[in-house]
Amino acid sequence: MSLLTLEGFGLAVPYGRGRRTLVEQVDLTIGRGEAVGLVGESGSGKSMTARAVIGLTPPGARVTGRIVFDGAEVPSGRALRRLRAERIAMIFQDPRAHINPVRSVGDFLTEAMIHNLGTPVRQASARAVRLLKEVGIGDGERRLRQYPHELSGGLLQRVMIASVLAVEPDLVLADEPTTALDVTSQSEVMAILDELRRERGMAMLLITHDLELAAATCDRLAVMYAGRIVEDIDGEPRHPYTRGLMRSRPSLEEAVHRLPVIPGRPVAAFEAGEGCAFGPRCDLAEPRCRETRPPFVRGVACLRAEETA
Amino acid sequence: MRFLAKRLAGLVAVLLVASFLVYGLLYLVPGGPMAFLLGNRSGTPEQIAAIRAQYHLDDPFLVRYAAWLRDAVTGDFGTSLVYRQDVSALMASRATTTVFLVVYATLLIVTGGVAMGLLAGLRGGRADGVVTLVSSAFLATPPFVVGVILVIVFALGLGWFPVFGAGSGFGDRVHHLTLPAVTLSLASAAFLARVTRASVAEESGREHVETARSRGLAEGHIVRRHVLRNAAIPVVTVAGLNVAGLIAGSVVVESIFALDGLGSLFVRAILQRDFAIVQAVVLVLVTAFVLINLVVDLCYSALDPRLSRQ
Repeated sequence: MSLLTLEGFGLAVPYGRGRRTLVEQVDLTIGRGEAVGLVGESGSGKSMTARAVIGLTPPGARVTGRIVFDGAEVPSGRALRRLRAERIAMIFQDPRAHINPVRSVGDFLTEAMIHNLGTPVRQASARAVRLLKEVGIGDGERRLRQYPHELSGGLLQRVMIASVLAVEPDLVLADEPTTALDVTSQSEVMAILDELRRERGMAMLLITHDLELAAATCDRLAVMYAGRIVEDIDGEPRHPYTRGLMRSRPSLEEAVHRLPVIPGRPVAAFEAGEGCAFGPRCDLAEPRCRETRPPFVRGVACLRAEETA
Repeated sequence: MRFLAKRLAGLVAVLLVASFLVYGLLYLVPGGPMAFLLGNRSGTPEQIAAIRAQYHLDDPFLVRYAAWLRDAVTGDFGTSLVYRQDVSALMASRATTTVFLVVYATLLIVTGGVAMGLLAGLRGGRADGVVTLVSSAFLATPPFVVGVILVIVFALGLGWFPVFGAGSGFGDRVHHLTLPAVTLSLASAAFLARVTRASVAEESGREHVETARSRGLAEGHIVRRHVLRNAAIPVVTVAGLNVAGLIAGSVVVESIFALDGLGSLFVRAILQRDFAIVQAVVLVLVTAFVLINLVVDLCYSALDPRLSRQ
């Protein structure tokens, strides 16, 4: 049985008098211990989707469809708090902003253990030191007394990972966990996260715009565009958008004078017209692409997927 | 510790400059100190000579300043020209009333302003609307209007509070000074409520608060641990500035409620050209101002570790 299932998930936020759709018709499953990557550009709705799993939706947002975690729909109120506290944890993009600057690192690490799991303070601190060691931070006792502004971004993100490990959740939602870090610490932090997650058998939903990073860490990948999943990657990419993403990455093997780009700019779900949301930027688009939304068939939402494969 | 030493040195420097200006004011008066001392009276040459000798007006300015400062440091501000009494004694008897009034008003401002601001910032909705409306009204009403209205309603109409006087003994003082303290605090409390509301609302939307929510912590715990302390810096700044301003604001309130405090003494001294008192009161005001600012700075470094280790 899968751990997390999204069925026809959609999200709309109030805008002026009406609403704007940010995510629609998203189907996604994550099994126990499985890592799934959700890839897309800014504004594609991937972060919103991840946040909605633990009910962190913007005020006034309307959620449609079903989010089922471990056989039950994601609850609200006290039960939702328990779910957040014990079973699903989130790693955020920018640790500098997502860790309270006026509380010490030790406070941040032990807070959830003390208040959610009822661990005694002394034990929680000892545990925090051990966790810091696991994420590659040696002098834990000193670090616990330090404040976030005294640590580098890479170290802070390791602290964030340690705080998530502390509660041993079933599912980790990682929202661009390495985007705010410099390139050298990106791979280290990602490696630490992936290794510790596997050891503990935690499932992960990795949100990223980096297709290659996602492919390297995840068991399966889903590509999102304009609030919808356009492809579940299985082998070679088939959707023109996914291929465009692949082509527009610099490669170490090939020397390319100018990187190919996808023309135009990404659109949000509410900006997309009748037809394929990617249609206006697609070099394979035909007149029929403008008329109807391509249905999601055999892992891809493209009318021309069969012929171009 | 070094931080504190640095701040104290700065405080002494500010006080020195202020005392110099305060003392120098006497010499900027049109006609010079002699005309100031004599006022509208015309003195005989003997009287003028006596005054010159008494105030050491024949000594160089800096020597006189140094002598005055030496006495002032020990609490001796000279003798009042009008009352023929020791300035320190005149001030001491009145300072109790003013200090009591200012402390009372401070308590009202901080508790009332912060409570209203928290209510508006955390609850939102209707509570927010009511607090915003009421604080606008209080901000727009000058203290002399508030004071008169309060006297008419609560002292003359309902008879709950006395119309004037400062009372004696703690309970009686509280009873007598309630209306003046409310008058003094309303506008500042309204302003503080506004600032608290904005600060709390802003901090509640911070990313680290989202992290705390994602960890399933209780809302009350999040507010106490992650919103209040982070929101406190602008609140402390405004509270400090307002409390420092209260000392000057008490001048108006003391005259509305016929309180014999430092403020009314100050106003009378200015009108009567009693410069020894003017100098002393201004110096006390400046000292209080600087001390309050020091307390505010100490609060900053206690509240935010980023400000304390530089």
